[in-house]
Amino acid sequence: MNPHSRRVVLVGNPNTGKSTLFGVLSGLNVRTANYPGVTIEKKVGRLADPELAIELVDLPGTYSLSPRSPDELVAVEVLTGELPGEPDADLILCVVNATLLRRNLFLVSQLMELGKPIVIALNMIDAANSRGLKIDVQRLSENLGVPVFAVSASKRQGIDELRAGVVAALHDPPPVAIGKPLPAKFYEFSDDFSGRLASLAAGGSGGVATKMPSRYVIERALLDRGGEAERQIDRQLRIDAGDLVESTRQQIETEIGPLSELECDARYAWAKQKTDGVLGAASDSGHRATEWLDAILIHRVWGMAIFIGLMFLIFQCIYAWSGIPMDAITGTQDYLTSLVEGAMQPGTLRSLVTDGMIAGVGSVLIFLPQIAMLFLFLAILEDCGYMARAAFLVDRIMSLFGLSGKSFLPLMSSFACAVPGVMATRVIENRRDRFATILVAPFMSCSARLPVYLLLIAAFVPSVSYLGGFVSLSGLVLMAMYFVGVLVAIPTAWLLKKTLLRGEAAPFVLELPEYKVPAIGIVFSRVWEACKAFVIRAGTMIFAASIVIWASAYWPGDHTRRLELQRLIESESAEASEDQVAMWETELRVESAKLLESSILGRIGHAIEPAVRPLGWDWKIGVGAVASFPAREVIIATLGTIYSLGGDVDEESEGLMSALQDAKWPDGRPVYNLAVALSIMVFFALCAQCVSTLLVIRRETNSWRWPIFSFVYMTGLAYLGALVTYQVTIRLIS
Amino acid sequence: MTTTLDQLRPGQSGQIARVEGCDGISCRLREMGFVPGEVVRFLTAAPLGDPLNCIIQGSRVALRGREARRISLVSPVPVDSSVAIATGMPQGLGEKRPAVDPIPV
Repeated sequence: MNPHSRRVVLVGNPNTGKSTLFGVLSGLNVRTANYPGVTIEKKVGRLADPELAIELVDLPGTYSLSPRSPDELVAVEVLTGELPGEPDADLILCVVNATLLRRNLFLVSQLMELGKPIVIALNMIDAANSRGLKIDVQRLSENLGVPVFAVSASKRQGIDELRAGVVAALHDPPPVAIGKPLPAKFYEFSDDFSGRLASLAAGGSGGVATKMPSRYVIERALLDRGGEAERQIDRQLRIDAGDLVESTRQQIETEIGPLSELECDARYAWAKQKTDGVLGAASDSGHRATEWLDAILIHRVWGMAIFIGLMFLIFQCIYAWSGIPMDAITGTQDYLTSLVEGAMQPGTLRSLVTDGMIAGVGSVLIFLPQIAMLFLFLAILEDCGYMARAAFLVDRIMSLFGLSGKSFLPLMSSFACAVPGVMATRVIENRRDRFATILVAPFMSCSARLPVYLLLIAAFVPSVSYLGGFVSLSGLVLMAMYFVGVLVAIPTAWLLKKTLLRGEAAPFVLELPEYKVPAIGIVFSRVWEACKAFVIRAGTMIFAASIVIWASAYWPGDHTRRLELQRLIESESAEASEDQVAMWETELRVESAKLLESSILGRIGHAIEPAVRPLGWDWKIGVGAVASFPAREVIIATLGTIYSLGGDVDEESEGLMSALQDAKWPDGRPVYNLAVALSIMVFFALCAQCVSTLLVIRRETNSWRWPIFSFVYMTGLAYLGALVTYQVTIRLIS
Repeated sequence: MTTTLDQLRPGQSGQIARVEGCDGISCRLREMGFVPGEVVRFLTAAPLGDPLNCIIQGSRVALRGREARRISLVSPVPVDSSVAIATGMPQGLGEKRPAVDPIPV
């Protein structure tokens, strides 16, 4: 490691503008990973400095450093430098919301016990000033004995001073003032406890020296009943300290007072003392815009109406607005194909490039605009503060089937992708609620399902519009597809909470942040990350799958006659008569279809056809569905390759959509109709066709049991759902 | 007579007497600012009656009636003292204010 390398850890309450500040300080050069074995996201950026290499680590927002789960303990250990394999923190940069100074100081008081240099960024100072809150920054800094910098991350104010302050503190660390806000007697008990613990450990481990937990963890073990710190002590020292912990707690309670109140009382008293003379006497007029907006947005009637309208608008926009960029992508795809066909003779390699790579990957990439738009809406709604209101509005409904409003954001995110959705369940403290949310999150129609819906809706749903073109039937069907997942998720969650995850209702406490104009940088980076991930997926996983599918649809088979026909059509069509060309083209189609049926893919398809016939599918759809178990977008690539190789896509057709419209059973009936399209969509809406999701469920639940369970019950439900949909619709339309 | 947070009417405030319990959620409530002596103001309930939206130490916090019942108040403050405490108590002021003292408009 570079001797000049330094590590700054960024911490703060939720809703302090911490992410914005992290973005402003580190620019776009950010790496995201996970700490090994836990679900804490590790976001690392760089703070530019001519001399030092400064690594800026962002921890998730937290109200306190009282670890109640292994994840929260990791956050503490990152700060104390106890986490194996992680360099020690040189400086803690604490972000404090200037409009909620006193409450934010609760966390500061805990940070000051860690024995590390601290710099405070007093963020949102502009908001505090504009509402008449006067803060004496100099005095606050003196009271706390810590450098304090007033900044506005969103307006880029005071950033240079803060950066210089951080660098100065790294060069010349400010004296570490270990805060002891709790009653002095508590520290006596804690020291005594620490000594007993050491002797207990020395006896227990047979003389082998074990590293003692930090002073902070030992104090937390006493303060947090049922917390993670006492378990960590047992783990680290390989002893059972339970009795010692409990007897010490009882002594503390008889001598000082109830543990549950002791800490909070002491810390708020400390915060009050430290803000003495810091806050001006001017009264806080509050955030008028928030009051005004809340009066409408969480209104008994209007709030709900706006919520439903907003969700509807998002789906309409995704469907209506992305046509132009999508046409551009199709155009590029067609242009590339013609370019390759002009440059290469018909042959295996050309088939690989056009039928495998371009048709496969292109048919997935085309959905990039929609994905960008969905993430754009989600990022805006979350950053402006509306998402918390949405959770507030739907909490009562969610509680009916055993979840809480906190499940709303993970579930809503799952509409973009279940992987971040499952990861977002970390905000749910209650384990049973969290698992129930994880298990139903993959039912939310993610962006990978969107291509399937869009393709089939565009091809088979009549283009009818209502209300002067504002509402289209296609948009309504798309919304209905999104509801299918929700409608299945509701009873599933309810059943899970009644059976496997039975238990008492979990509490719901959620801060509703003040509304703000979304930070363009944060929204942009969210959309950018999502698009990047999607393109990488299309470029790697989908690309590889496309080639495998192309190969299994190409071989075994003798392609001589087919290639000869292609060559004839392309090279001599100028001289040959139109009838001759038409004959060749018909022969080419028949030949191609024959080759496809005898290929590996064709044989697999025919083998599974009996199972998918009741769903109204032919073997091609069946193969597509089977090939999509690694990732559901693969169906589009598979169908693209199948119809391209099978000769169903000719010069006049506009790609896959018209190939599907033209597809016929051997007896001449069209393969696809509305019933088949709906059956495919329902299957894809409910099926667990995503390896990434199953892997993230494995990681988040720390067991193979849950991903296997998810896979089995979702696939079963998908088959049943598709069966019912087809059989009902076919009877309705005939 | 003591009341609890869930018994307040919209717009009413009250001074916190105590928060029941020593489990994770009562600690979370305390960390978020629900501590004895602070004034909490009930704003509105969600469309279906639960959860409740209130202001504590200047921040808006939503919590269910179940949790609100754990927060007992010294005595409620009249409804009409609205504007000055629209976002809770001015920070740094009002601590341990006697509950009977009406907050100036």
